[in-house]
Order: sequence, then structure tokens, then C-alpha cells
Amino acid sequence: MTVKFCWFNLMPWPDLPDDFKTEHRSVWVDIDGSLFDPERANGVYHEYMDQLEFADELGFDGIGVNEHHQNGYGIMPSPNIIAAGLARRTSQAAICVIGNSIALYNPPHRVAEEFAMLDCLSGGRLVAGFPVGTPMDTNFTYGQIPALTREKYYEAHDLIMEAWTNPDVFAFDGKYTQLRYVNCWPKPIQQPHPPIYIPGGGSIETWDFCLENDYNYSYLSFNGYLAGQTLMDGYWNRVGELDKSMTPGRAGFAQIICTAATDAEAEELYSEHMLYFFNRCLHVFPGFADPPGYRTVKTIQAGKLDQFRKENQALFKRLTWKDLVEGGYVIAGSPDTVRERMEDMIKRLRVGTVFCLLHMGNMPDWKTRYSSQLFAEKVMPGLRGIWGDEFADAEDWWCKPMDDRVRPEDTMADARRYPEAPKGPVA
Amino acid sequence: MSATDTAPAPAFEEVVITTRRGVTAPVRVYEPAGGASSGAATVLALHGAGGWLGDEPVLAGLAGAGLRVVAPVWPAWSEHTDEDRLSDMQDFALHGWDVATEMGLLRADGAAELHLMGHSMGGMIAAEMAALAPQSVARMALLCPAGMWLGDHPIPDIFAMLPYQLAEVLFADPNVGEEVLTGGADFSDNETLTRFMVARARQQGMAGKILFPIPNRRFSERAYRVTVPTLLVWGRQDRLIPPAYADAWQAALPDATVELVDGAGHMLPYEQSAAVVAAVTSHLSG
Repeated sequence: MTVKFCWFNLMPWPDLPDDFKTEHRSVWVDIDGSLFDPERANGVYHEYMDQLEFADELGFDGIGVNEHHQNGYGIMPSPNIIAAGLARRTSQAAICVIGNSIALYNPPHRVAEEFAMLDCLSGGRLVAGFPVGTPMDTNFTYGQIPALTREKYYEAHDLIMEAWTNPDVFAFDGKYTQLRYVNCWPKPIQQPHPPIYIPGGGSIETWDFCLENDYNYSYLSFNGYLAGQTLMDGYWNRVGELDKSMTPGRAGFAQIICTAATDAEAEELYSEHMLYFFNRCLHVFPGFADPPGYRTVKTIQAGKLDQFRKENQALFKRLTWKDLVEGGYVIAGSPDTVRERMEDMIKRLRVGTVFCLLHMGNMPDWKTRYSSQLFAEKVMPGLRGIWGDEFADAEDWWCKPMDDRVRPEDTMADARRYPEAPKGPVA
Repeated sequence: MSATDTAPAPAFEEVVITTRRGVTAPVRVYEPAGGASSGAATVLALHGAGGWLGDEPVLAGLAGAGLRVVAPVWPAWSEHTDEDRLSDMQDFALHGWDVATEMGLLRADGAAELHLMGHSMGGMIAAEMAALAPQSVARMALLCPAGMWLGDHPIPDIFAMLPYQLAEVLFADPNVGEEVLTGGADFSDNETLTRFMVARARQQGMAGKILFPIPNRRFSERAYRVTVPTLLVWGRQDRLIPPAYADAWQAALPDATVELVDGAGHMLPYEQSAAVVAAVTSHLSG
């Protein structure tokens, strides 16, 4: 297997005010509606989708989107809408929807249908993510009962997987969803189903679920690879305990990356945009982070609780560029620097998929493209073969597109043509 | 509290029962002042989302006034971990009746002899129990019950509050509240904080099954069945479920009276326990 690089766009709102952190309670759930400008969003959405298409052009293995609700750093409540646009304008990269919060769809069978549509539309390029969903999205925005969220999630998963794999019409008698006639139509190209990615934020119960089903576990955090190592070590220990293959394809990680000509240029170009992200976009009211019942007792006992202390509510540490780079939150610098740290990251965490966060915060289009192009041309090629021969034939948890798929970027110019009867004898 | 020679005897005895559903949980029993064999009326008392706190002055007070008080500890509020067996409002209400059955509180001839009382979440459950089986209830007292939602008086979201923010919303005097809620625990200690967070996850997670995201499971559509005489006791300074809800409950129930208590917020059983005991005793003996 080769390491897969997925260019990922969170789609942050780029105009959060300078005083956002002091004058607003939260970037998520109850974010001030007056900060959103729909006419501005017209340009923002297209710019972000253009960048995802550019990433396909640059040769990234995948282009990625995800789902958040009422969120100032992710204006993508429906990633499937964006993915459909991308499937129509690209033909190479995997379309990574990481993913749909399956417990929120009513019925969850909707995910089986829409993902099947995306797989057909893209010629089998879908990578399907099934997050449990954050408390901000799942509980506070979409009203799911925290203590029942995980149970509902597992039931939704069972429904979707049966819808994809059972060739017959069947009845589904769940606690949360009852359907008399389940008959997924359309069906996905990739059989028995597209590769499944489970993005996790640190719930240790999720590991066993991934391993029992042989799904990829991807740790999506913004705290970088140094902070992520403890959790990923725990995951790999569990892989060993359950006697599963140690192939890196089982794991993915999201990393913020800034590439420039030199280390100094990276700071000069990207510093303000990283600080915008960390100091404004991540300003989430802590009361939304942990509704009682969402996390299990086991996870609480393993976790850190500092964020719930009163004294820490007032002490908002302002991160600096130096903090971000040295702490591994951001991998930044010249292509050589970035390659060296990426190699360290990939090996330390033992990952087969990297979700590359090359656009962050309010980064302008040209800088995003500059950083992405340098990464694609001068960093990525040297990293793909990092796992060498040991895992050459190992499963890579990646999509398997059909060879003779429609390549819409080649045919789109032709899409508006006027009718022309086929040549030949007239009946 | 440390056990010493001078420590007062506990006001109650605790028994552990297992219901026919298979839920194991403790039940507190407060015997009436006149003794266990006095033939006193029994009140089944249900706690709010905070659980029973200490000796419970209202329960002890009712026993002092001659009532036998049976006070189940709701699943998740004890070390027994059977809370996963109860998922929704119907499960909760039936669990209340299962406890009554297991404790021998129901007469074989079906006559209404048992009183119900509940505070906040417990009031919501008691009201649902009465809607299910009004013929088995003699009289009922609800202390600022949850269970309704008025768009003009939205109830603050306790599930999005940080622990230190609760006292302000729950008590007329937040300084008293802090002490009652935490028992003076020191949250700068990591172990204390972890224990607190685990208990919070289990207990408030369980409460969320009937209170999240809006504490309304459509009781008002079943309220017509609650024909038993019902007393609603409300703190005038209730900032969680404001007294406007007392009017809504009174309008929904066929036979209800309201008593407002000064100097009390949502935690009125702890803030004005004597007034609550007097009002409830008077109503239940009516």
C-alpha cells in the first residue's frame, strides 16, 4: 500500500471579527446569525470547491469534506451536496465524505441512498465516513439524547450496511427506525460497499467498533501529531490485543500543513491565518463540548477535565505561531522541513491516510494554492512509499474506482450541445 | 459525616430491591413518627435530577408529621448500573409502579391508598404514573415539576451548563446552593472532579432521556387522566422552571391547587423545607 493524501477543506467562515473571542460565546451551536452573509457565501463556497478541484488536478489521492451544523468553521451541513459537485467536475481523486453523521438522518437509510448515488456518480470513487458526530452537532444542534446517541448510531450503521449488502427487500425493526420495505436503490458500484472510515475524536469505544468491522479509524483533531500520539498508541495497542493486522491502512490522521519556499516564508505567509483558526474558529463554549451521557464513564476516566474548571474559563491562552509549530499543531516550513516532519508524523502514528488541512481559517485562495502545489510537487511524492515493501500488498482501505468511468471534466464542454440524430439509415 | 458515638441515627433505612423488569436499586424508607405499625398513609417520593441529597429534610419532615415515606433512588443515582434498561418516559413511569409493586404499596383490591410526590424530574415521573393509573393514587403533590414547555418562558438548558453555573439557576440564594450541590467538595482536586464528572455523566445522562433537549414528553395530552387532587408547590424565585409553569400545570390538571413559596428557587425542598412539609402534609391529609 502507498500512503494516501486527502486534501481536506473544513470550509470555515472567513470573516469572523477580530473581537470574536471576547464578544461572542461560541463559534458553534449558538453562533451569532448576523455574522453570516449569504451573498458573501456565494463566493466562499465556489472558492472552496475550486480549491478541492485544484487538489484533484495536483494529484492528491483524495479530496475531502465533512459535516458540521451551526458552525463558524465548517459551513457544510450537507457534505453530500459538495461531494456531488466534486464528482461532476473531477474524475481522479477519491471523494472522501468523512462523513455523514448517520444517527442524524431520518431514516438513516437516506445515507445508504445518497452514498450509493455518489459512488455511481463518481465511478466508484467514494470513501464513506460514518462519524458518531460531535455533541455540538448531534446533541445540541440536532437534539439527539446524549445517553442514547451511541446506541442510535450503531443501529443506523446496521441498517445502512444491511441496505448495501442484502440483495433482497427486507424489513428493519429497530428501536429508533422501523422500515417495512428496505430496498436501497441505487446501489454502490464498490462491492460489497465503499471503504468505511470512522472519524473519531477520542472515544475509546470507537476503536473496538472499527476493529470488529475492519473499518479505518481516523483521528481527526486539530491538536497535531505530537498530542495525537498517545491516543494513536492506544489504538494500535488495541489492534494488537485483538490480533488484527498492523497495516497502516487501518488508521488515518488529520494534520494542518503549511508549505512555503522557506521556513521563514511559511511564518510570514500563514501565521495570521493559523491564529485566526485557533483563536477564533475553535472558540467553542465548553458547556457544549460534553453533555452528560455523551461520553461513557470509561472515556471520562481516561480523559482530561481541565476545561471544566471555572478558573480555566477565563484563562484563554492565546497561542502563538511558535507554539503551534513547536507543539506539532501545524507542520510548517520549506518542503524539506515539511517532508521531514510529515515522515516523523506518519511513522509515529503509523497511518496510511493523511487528511491534509492545507486551507485553514481565513487563508486567501492564492496562499492555499501555493502551499498545496508545493506540497503536492515537492513533499507528497517522497512520502507515498514510506511503508516500503512490508505492506506492499496490504489492504489500503481505499476506493476501487471502475476503469472506464465517465470523466466529466472531459465531457462537460459537450454537455450543452443541441440534439443531433445518430447517422445511419432512417427507419 | 463521620460515624461517632454522638452521631444521630439516620432518618431512614435503605433496602435494595430488584424490580420484575430486572432493575436493581436502593429504596429509602422513612418510618412515620408514630412507628411502623401505626397504619399511616404512605407517600412514594421521587427525587429530581440531583438525586437525594443528605438526609432530605422534606422526607424526614413528612415522616415526622406521621406519613410513611418510600423514596426510591432512581437508576443511575446509585452504584447499581441498571440504567440502560430504561430508555424513555414510559419506561420511567412504569419503573415507578414497579417499585411500588415491589415495595408492597398497592392494595390487592386496587383501592387508591398511595400518595405520590415528586420534585422537578421526579414530579414529571409522578404525574406520568398518575396518568397511567389514576385509580391507584389517592392524592399527589408535585414540587415545581418538569414536563411542560412554554415558548414564552423557555427553561434554561442545564445540559449546556458548566458545573459552577448551576447554583445560580437552581437556588434563590446561589451561595447556599453551591454548598448544597457540592457538599463543599474541592473541584481543584482531579480525583474529586473525575468522580463528579462520572456521576454527572450517569445521572444527568439518564435524566436527559426524558429532559433533553426540551423537557416535554407531551404529558399535557395525558393530563386529563390525572383526576386525583394535586397540589403544585412552586418557589417564587424559581429561575429554572419559573412560576408561570404553575399556572400551566394547574390549567392542564382536572383538580389542582397551587401554593407559591417565598425565598425559594427551583431547589425549594432544600431552601424552604418547613413550608414544603406543611403544605404537602396538609394536602395529603385533606
